[in-house]
Amino acid sequence: VGAIDLLIVGPVEDDVVEFLDGFLRRTFGYETRRMASLPNPDFARDPRRAQYDSTRILREALNQASVDAIQVLAVTGVDLFIPMLSFVYGQAQLKGRGALLSLARLRQEFYGLPPDRPLLYSRAAKEALHELGHSFGLVHCPVPSCAMSLSSNILQIDAKNSEYCPGCNALVVETLTTVRVRAALPQHEEDRP
Amino acid sequence: MTRRWEILVVDDEEVMRESMAAWLREDGYRVDTAASGQEAIAKAREKNYTICFIDLKMPPGMDGIETLVEVRKIRPEAAIIIITAYATVDTAITAMKEGAQEYLVKPCNPAEISLLIQRILKVKNLQRENVLLRKKLSKKYEFQDIISKNPRMHQIFELIRQIANLRSTVLIQGESGTGKEMIARAIHHSGDRGSGPFVPVSCAALAETLLESELFGHERGAFTGAVSRKKGKFELAEGGTIFLDEIGDISPKLQLDLLRVLQDHRFFRVGGTEEIHVDVRVIAATKRDLQEAVRAEQFRDDLYYRLNVINIHIPPLRERREDIPLLVRHFIETVSLESGKEVSDITEGALRLLMDHGWPGNVRELENAVERAIVTCKKRILSEEDFDFLTLESPPRTSWKVPTHLPLHEVERQVIEATLREKGGNVTEAAEVLGIDRSTIYDRIKRHDIQR
Repeated sequence: VGAIDLLIVGPVEDDVVEFLDGFLRRTFGYETRRMASLPNPDFARDPRRAQYDSTRILREALNQASVDAIQVLAVTGVDLFIPMLSFVYGQAQLKGRGALLSLARLRQEFYGLPPDRPLLYSRAAKEALHELGHSFGLVHCPVPSCAMSLSSNILQIDAKNSEYCPGCNALVVETLTTVRVRAALPQHEEDRP
Repeated sequence: MTRRWEILVVDDEEVMRESMAAWLREDGYRVDTAASGQEAIAKAREKNYTICFIDLKMPPGMDGIETLVEVRKIRPEAAIIIITAYATVDTAITAMKEGAQEYLVKPCNPAEISLLIQRILKVKNLQRENVLLRKKLSKKYEFQDIISKNPRMHQIFELIRQIANLRSTVLIQGESGTGKEMIARAIHHSGDRGSGPFVPVSCAALAETLLESELFGHERGAFTGAVSRKKGKFELAEGGTIFLDEIGDISPKLQLDLLRVLQDHRFFRVGGTEEIHVDVRVIAATKRDLQEAVRAEQFRDDLYYRLNVINIHIPPLRERREDIPLLVRHFIETVSLESGKEVSDITEGALRLLMDHGWPGNVRELENAVERAIVTCKKRILSEEDFDFLTLESPPRTSWKVPTHLPLHEVERQVIEATLREKGGNVTEAAEVLGIDRSTIYDRIKRHDIQR
């Protein structure tokens, strides 16, 4: 019942998408649906900053998602920003339907280091959990090892686990149970007038 | 992380405003947004924001600095962070001068903004803790609505606890406004008579005949205008306490009548023949020096001794200045609640001014002053100018006038007596203050027949 839509925005390597797809299915117990990829998000590019407006890409991703998707996770290779901040690793609709994740700053190459695939997978898993956690309604967690703790730099991401702490996990499970119950009801009965 | 903090983001650019708000919400804060200075002011009036992020560059009419000034007027405790795209020293200085706590140049690093918020909230948490501790402390210093941390007042509280269940008469002495009736009520409510009536009578307010009828009641036709039988205050206080305020002002005839009631707990109504028996505790109060009045033969000594079974002397406010901050904060809380004005605190300068004031009218005068300041205050915090009327109205403080009409031994007697009273009867402390040794003070106490 229900699925997580995986939407790729711009060029992203297949093996990374493959990894994230499997990771999400194992973690949340939902099917994932690979949506048709979007081209490079030039519409959101800020030439002065040479970065991409995260809010605009997320809005576009939500337009592309199917109506019955439980959540939409958009993944992009471009570097994201919001006007106030110099960069963001991703963005989500708090207690909403969509999340966006950028791989740009998760790569070792961004810091002038040789590529490290397993490290990229691990970082992508943590940040996917983090952004999806926001769309499930979770806010930043004070437990440093929890995927929901706030990371302002790559070292903080590496210090986290690719799982929620027991408290955050309980909240996610509760949210997913509600989603499953709602999805199981014929035509969302409880929404009828 | 505390999740209760409210944040306001003010920016005319929607994308900037909303993305910032979303980012802060992910961090667990409750965030509102405003698209203009006017909207920010309206929102600040409604909600007590802990932090306001204000963009410097907003449309003319109300730019960031103007918004900052207006928001600070409404919420002086809110931390204001000015955001700008261009770092210029001039604007930074202007913002800080107008009371901005921080200055951020956008785009900034996410770590920078997180640390900034954490730093502000750490201070806010300490302030909040301070308020809670202050509240706890004021509870510690409270006894039946009487607030004090003065040791002599605490001795009085202890005495009240000890005598609350007794029937003995109590004489409360103290200057006007020191809270004699509050002490009387505390005695009444702390004891087993607490559920009975507490009947206060101001003896100074009524003429002799009226007071007699007021206290003892009258029979129908007892005097012109006595169209029906009326119970007096003594009868109304049956099973409880009668509080006779300004007892030092009653006439010799009433002094005699009262003496009889105190001796026998019986009396006659005015014009009556039936003897009434009552079970009433008598608490009397006066601002006069009754001992002096006895010496001057203005007050019956036998009544004085009947009344003075338990004596409580309330120190004037100027002798317990340490209570002023506690009392002021208590009055701010109660008066602002009653008047509906959102005044929450007082500046250090204003508190110093109140601590230095003479307060001849004691706690009552202090309460009136705080009430007057709150009524006229236009901000949320009372400052020195709100108490200007004190310096305009009050005469210069004269602590003590050298007596020029008394024999030297009388002056000595009064000084030793007052010092002993001030020190709660502690001879060693009194001797220390007077600069004499203990044997000398004992000798003077004996010579002047001073009661401790």
